[in-house]
Amino acid sequence: MKDTDIKRLLYSNLLCVFSVFLSVFIPSLFLDNFSILETHLTWLCTCSTSVTGVNLLLHLVVKPNVSSRRSSLSHKVSRVLKCCIYFLLSCFFLHIIFVLYGAPLIELVLETFLFAVILSTFTTVPCLCLLGPNLKAWLRVFSRNGVTSIWENSLQITTISSFIGAWLGAFPIPLDWERPWQVWPISCTLGATFGYVAGLVSSPLWIYWNRKQLTYKSN
Amino acid sequence: MDSGEWDVLIAHFLGVDHCGHKHGPHHPEMAKKLSQMDQVIQGLIERLENDTLLVVAGDHGMTMNGDHGGDSELEVSAALFLYSPTALFPTAPPEEPEVIPQVSLVPTLALLLGLPIPFGNIGEVMTELFSGGHGSHPQASALAQVSALHINAQQVSRFLHAYSAATQDLQVKELHQLQKLFSKASASYQQLLQNPQEAGASLRTLTAELQQFLRGARAICLESWARFSLVRMAGGAALLAAACFLCLLASQLAVSPGFPFRPLLLTPVAWGLTWAMLYAGLSVTTGSKVDSVVLGAVAAAGSLPPFLWKVWANWGSTRPLVPLLPAPLPVLLLLLTRLATFFSDSFVVAEARATPFLLCSLILFLVAHLHWEDQLLQPKLLTVPRLGSSAPTGPPRHSGTYALRLGIGLLLCTRLSGLFHRCPEETPACHSSPWLSPLASMVGGQAKNLWYGACVGALVALLVVVRLWLRRYGNLKSPEPPVLFVRWGLPLMVLGTAAYWALASGADEAPPRLRALVAGASVMLPRAVMGLAASGLMLLLWRPVTVLVKAGAGASRTRTILTPFSGPPTSQADLDYVVPQIYRHMQEEFQGRLERTRTQGPVTVAAYQLGSVYSAAMVTALILLAFPLLLLHVERVSLVFLLLFLQSFLLLHLLAAGTSVTTTGPFVVLWQAVSAWALLANQTFYSTGHQPVFSAIHWHAAFVGFPDGHDSSTWLPALLVGANTFASHILFAVGCPLLLLWPFLCESQGPRKRQQLPGCEAEARARPEEEREEPLMEMRLRDAPHHFNAALLQLGLKYLFVLGVQILACALAASILRRHLMVWKVFAPKFIFEAIGFIVSSVGLLLGIALVMRVDGAVSSWFRRLVLAQQR
Repeated sequence: MKDTDIKRLLYSNLLCVFSVFLSVFIPSLFLDNFSILETHLTWLCTCSTSVTGVNLLLHLVVKPNVSSRRSSLSHKVSRVLKCCIYFLLSCFFLHIIFVLYGAPLIELVLETFLFAVILSTFTTVPCLCLLGPNLKAWLRVFSRNGVTSIWENSLQITTISSFIGAWLGAFPIPLDWERPWQVWPISCTLGATFGYVAGLVSSPLWIYWNRKQLTYKSN
Repeated sequence: MDSGEWDVLIAHFLGVDHCGHKHGPHHPEMAKKLSQMDQVIQGLIERLENDTLLVVAGDHGMTMNGDHGGDSELEVSAALFLYSPTALFPTAPPEEPEVIPQVSLVPTLALLLGLPIPFGNIGEVMTELFSGGHGSHPQASALAQVSALHINAQQVSRFLHAYSAATQDLQVKELHQLQKLFSKASASYQQLLQNPQEAGASLRTLTAELQQFLRGARAICLESWARFSLVRMAGGAALLAAACFLCLLASQLAVSPGFPFRPLLLTPVAWGLTWAMLYAGLSVTTGSKVDSVVLGAVAAAGSLPPFLWKVWANWGSTRPLVPLLPAPLPVLLLLLTRLATFFSDSFVVAEARATPFLLCSLILFLVAHLHWEDQLLQPKLLTVPRLGSSAPTGPPRHSGTYALRLGIGLLLCTRLSGLFHRCPEETPACHSSPWLSPLASMVGGQAKNLWYGACVGALVALLVVVRLWLRRYGNLKSPEPPVLFVRWGLPLMVLGTAAYWALASGADEAPPRLRALVAGASVMLPRAVMGLAASGLMLLLWRPVTVLVKAGAGASRTRTILTPFSGPPTSQADLDYVVPQIYRHMQEEFQGRLERTRTQGPVTVAAYQLGSVYSAAMVTALILLAFPLLLLHVERVSLVFLLLFLQSFLLLHLLAAGTSVTTTGPFVVLWQAVSAWALLANQTFYSTGHQPVFSAIHWHAAFVGFPDGHDSSTWLPALLVGANTFASHILFAVGCPLLLLWPFLCESQGPRKRQQLPGCEAEARARPEEEREEPLMEMRLRDAPHHFNAALLQLGLKYLFVLGVQILACALAASILRRHLMVWKVFAPKFIFEAIGFIVSSVGLLLGIALVMRVDGAVSSWFRRLVLAQQR
């Protein structure tokens, strides 16, 4: 592991953070009355698309993983299709988990689903970009001593911190402060976003500080 | 107002309060609101009649932020404005008017309206309003004022008399002085009435005396009522904290080999008694009253130091420094979060939603943790380090999807039971579940019948689940009385409950001729079900060993060796098996060692059922407990009880998947298991339609089986209502030992299969392997009796610790936030419910552990009898 790798990781992560900020400021140029709280669903959509776009861009440009040997067109197409299906499945899965956690079943379905979409964007899309539609690899990354590169380490950290952020975001909901962001699912989406950003920023730093202890099996 | 058909009009303007909360007192909006209110009052004044009194009073002030509820000067001072078109006061009111307590409005307005002053009033009339106005004669007005004061004083004196007779918490000496003052003032008032000419000075002194009496009365009441003993609060919290610490310490030390069990019980009791007697003697000699609360506290505090001293003395020398809380950090954080929520009134109110949330988080954490750790050892590698041969033959104990499926099932059950939700008071956004009302209140036959069917279906499902479970582990084949009871008594109980529900929900539709029969049945059926349950529990206590011994004990002994080999030995494996058996048989006969007989376990067919002998007794006890508790709830809660059993079953499996079974102790129950269990108990408390407030208690439970009420006894209805309220506490506390037993139960799937095919070739070949391994499943626990005892103690202490920390947090919240607006509405009831729940849980825990120990004793004597029969 070299310092240049960490630097590249830092820059690409900063680009992702930048995409989150971009999703806050860009739509206000085109839309009147745009604000995160008032037009929350619009923001969720733009944030999701911009983060996905930047992730794809990074995947195409930086290519941290070894590309597969077969590179025929049909293989690529099936791979992309598979990725889309995985993404949709993860959205539905997260939606079900939210409902099981206590989200309303019928009311606010669109809000809940968009929360699932944004959380999938923060967690599943980087996984898909880095590991491809390969569940075994995902399971490997999210287990002790399973990571094999700093990219996977960063992925692990950002995903876990996104989930923790979303989880922490649920806590202000019962409080009686009567703030507009205390409504389901705004606090949770904001929490997930903060968690994602925090993970992006902290993972290169954490890797940098622990670079002596970190040894990867196949790198 | 213009109609004139009124005596009192009360108008409440909420706007100022709302504006204050939103903007604070110094905001331009507030100024606008206040001038608006001024206009309202001006308009009102213009339309007042001459005989009307306008009272404008604020109910509270506000802080600089516009909030209120505390006891700061700004919050408790509010404006009071009195106005009447006719002149009220004999003289011009002073520039700096005196402060009038709010309670004084009550007697003043009552007397002005010509009504009697309410019994519980301790306010003082505003004498100025009784002066008779501007033009009246000064002496006449003074006399009117004294009369009003005297009526007021009479009422307060009567109240003080009645109150002090009932409670005795007022200061006796001061009360006596007040009474003297009042009788003196009364006498002089009578004197004054007889010769009103010589008034003047005596009128003024009389007014002063009466006012002094009224103020004194208010002062002693305030002192006695709004008094918080900080010393006692701190002492109680310290005692609770010390007890929790003790539980923690003892639970960590219990697993160490040389842990002294016996001194643990006797020495602290002796110390506690000594201290209590010392305190009692001291207070008797000094002549002060013995306070039972302080006495208990002294005894409890006195029993702590010897143990702590012993631990301290042994700490450095013999033991390495054990980490006190070896729980995984996330579980610890989750528990801390839960404790922190007790300090927020919003979270206490929303606890019915917050607990399932935390429970779901813990479950998902457990699943993720399993996955995280699993990869460390590949599923197949995991089984290798364990001793014994049971594991490598079977499939890996848990695959990834297995844990995930368990977790999702648990989440689903939690969510479903969350549908049975009762709202706390005054939460307009929340809607209570309609399913918590009894079926009798439903209109519409079709839906009612469907629901009735669903409830009976839940009962039957509960029965079938338990029977299937017992059959799976083979205990259903035993001819012992408890098993017979499960086979025949439980269906009877289900039948009785279903019939009772039918009668209760359709009582109005019964034809008139059958009314008497229905009434009689609705008395007898619940009592019969409860009697059946009690007799079942008695049977279980009498013969708790549910194993299959086909013939008599003696015959079984000979058969157990011979049955599998009734045919000629066909293979080498059979011979390998038979010869050591005969050898061991002879050896034991020679030695005659009674207590070391467990090696015979695997020899008998019965040994397979012995593997689940403890948990079979526990499950039977739980289902027998569940039925009477179910009867005390409304019909549709039976679905929650079914979910409860499913949930605990899934949770136990999930926890068992994360616990590695050691062959020879020490056995431990993990912190996450205990926390999840406590959370599940709390969640069930809410999903059975309870809330920790007094208005949510299900009083109807007192009339189950007693539809005409109870004559004079109070303990029986209290017991019924208490059992209804703390049903989940009871069930989960009694079932707590299952946490220890379940991993052993899940350990092996092999013996079950072999047991289903007794005497066949496959079994004969499987046996030699097993013989080497010796006791299986829960018999491992008997293998290491010391570790078994230690693990039971540790389990109990850990559960008590988790509950104790909860009650500590509740107590701290109630004492720290004692000036909070919501203290009597939220924090204090929560603390009371938590405290009673803790007591109920501790008793249930003791009963559960006692049941396990009873089974243990019975198994020992069962073995002994087997060996004795064999020796004959």
